[in-house]
Amino acid sequence: MTEWDIIWAARDDFLYGFANTLVIFALSALLAFVLGCVIVYLLEGPKSGPRTLLRWLINIMRTLPFLILAYLLYYGLPTLGVRLDAWTAGVGALIVYHGAYFAELLRGARVVLPGGTVEAARAYGFTTFTMFMRIILPQLLIRTRPLIGNQLVICLKDTAFLTIITVQELTAAANSVQSTYFIPLEAFVVVIALYWLISICLEVTIKQLGRFGKKRGFEHA
Amino acid sequence: MNAQTWWLLLEGAWTTAWISGVAIAIGVVAGLAIALVRMARIPVIDQVLVIYISLARATPLVTLVLFIFLVAPTFGIVMNRNIAGIMALTLNTAAFNAEIWRAAFLSFSREQKEAALACGMTNGVIFRRIMLPQMFTTSLPGLVNEMSFLIKGSPAIAVIGIVDLTRVTNRISAVTYEPLPPILAAAALYMIIISMLLKLQDMAEKKANRLTM
Repeated sequence: MTEWDIIWAARDDFLYGFANTLVIFALSALLAFVLGCVIVYLLEGPKSGPRTLLRWLINIMRTLPFLILAYLLYYGLPTLGVRLDAWTAGVGALIVYHGAYFAELLRGARVVLPGGTVEAARAYGFTTFTMFMRIILPQLLIRTRPLIGNQLVICLKDTAFLTIITVQELTAAANSVQSTYFIPLEAFVVVIALYWLISICLEVTIKQLGRFGKKRGFEHA
Repeated sequence: MNAQTWWLLLEGAWTTAWISGVAIAIGVVAGLAIALVRMARIPVIDQVLVIYISLARATPLVTLVLFIFLVAPTFGIVMNRNIAGIMALTLNTAAFNAEIWRAAFLSFSREQKEAALACGMTNGVIFRRIMLPQMFTTSLPGLVNEMSFLIKGSPAIAVIGIVDLTRVTNRISAVTYEPLPPILAAAALYMIIISMLLKLQDMAEKKANRLTM
């Protein structure tokens, strides 16, 4: 039996890890994105105490490594009486962390968004919510498309950190296969190829979306 | 939290700082070398580098660290933990730095190069005296940004048992049974380190903008 036969025999482990990574990534990327949009919506309007606080929180996230946040939720929270399992703590940390980054990306685009469309929407009597959903957010999304793509790849890579807090994802699968059969090279080559595959799919998708943006004349300078 | 736990935390911070520092130093230079080789457009090597950059950008650091640390012995190489950590961080950051340097190359003004050629400078002299100083200034904000990404990714080295600033919190809480204080203290130390880099990036950006005026 060659090493590759062993890998093939252990395919269930890899598939389980791969599926888990995909689920964690899809769920946390989606919810982080929604969280980012909600934060930018809440920041809409004149400066106030809570908004300054929110910006502070975003900046704190930007100066922390992801793993520290995961540690905080997984090892730190039980002290306060909240006990999360590794999976929930990991996904929660991904959502909060990348939500802050998405918010920062969108906020950056919001600051430089020309005021004309917003003023026009106000003149037409849009409420802040409708204006945000129909006028501001679509423009922000089309403009920040490449940055969002980058952030998604970073989010995918951060899922691997969860192996340290014992989540059974793709990297953990490779690690358990290699420690059972002592075939680290093949196990990790497979896993790295799978990560590569996901990120290439992401890049292609983002490029396709770029065509849509170009058609609407919103290509990011 | 007594003096001893603080001491342990500072030791962890030092480990994070020196390993990241070495990786940054090698990564910046290696990135420049990769960018230079890519600019030369040597047939096979160019494609290999493109694949390397694409792979390095897609591979999570944790996976890369484990890969290097576990695979080296199968080739008969005795791998020290710290060296494996530095190698993984360097391989990762060099790929990003190469793209930053390449962007600086591609955007370098042709007029200056032509003027230098007209003055009789050789290619080597043009690169050293004219291009590199300016490219350094224009790339610095990007490079510093990448440095803060590297520090944020550095806890990945904990997975092979290096006791860095993140991992040390496990050690402390194993003794004190109070995980929250050391994690918060570690978070504060990370915030200090990365805030300093963000400040540096801000200053570098101002300087780069002055150059383009």
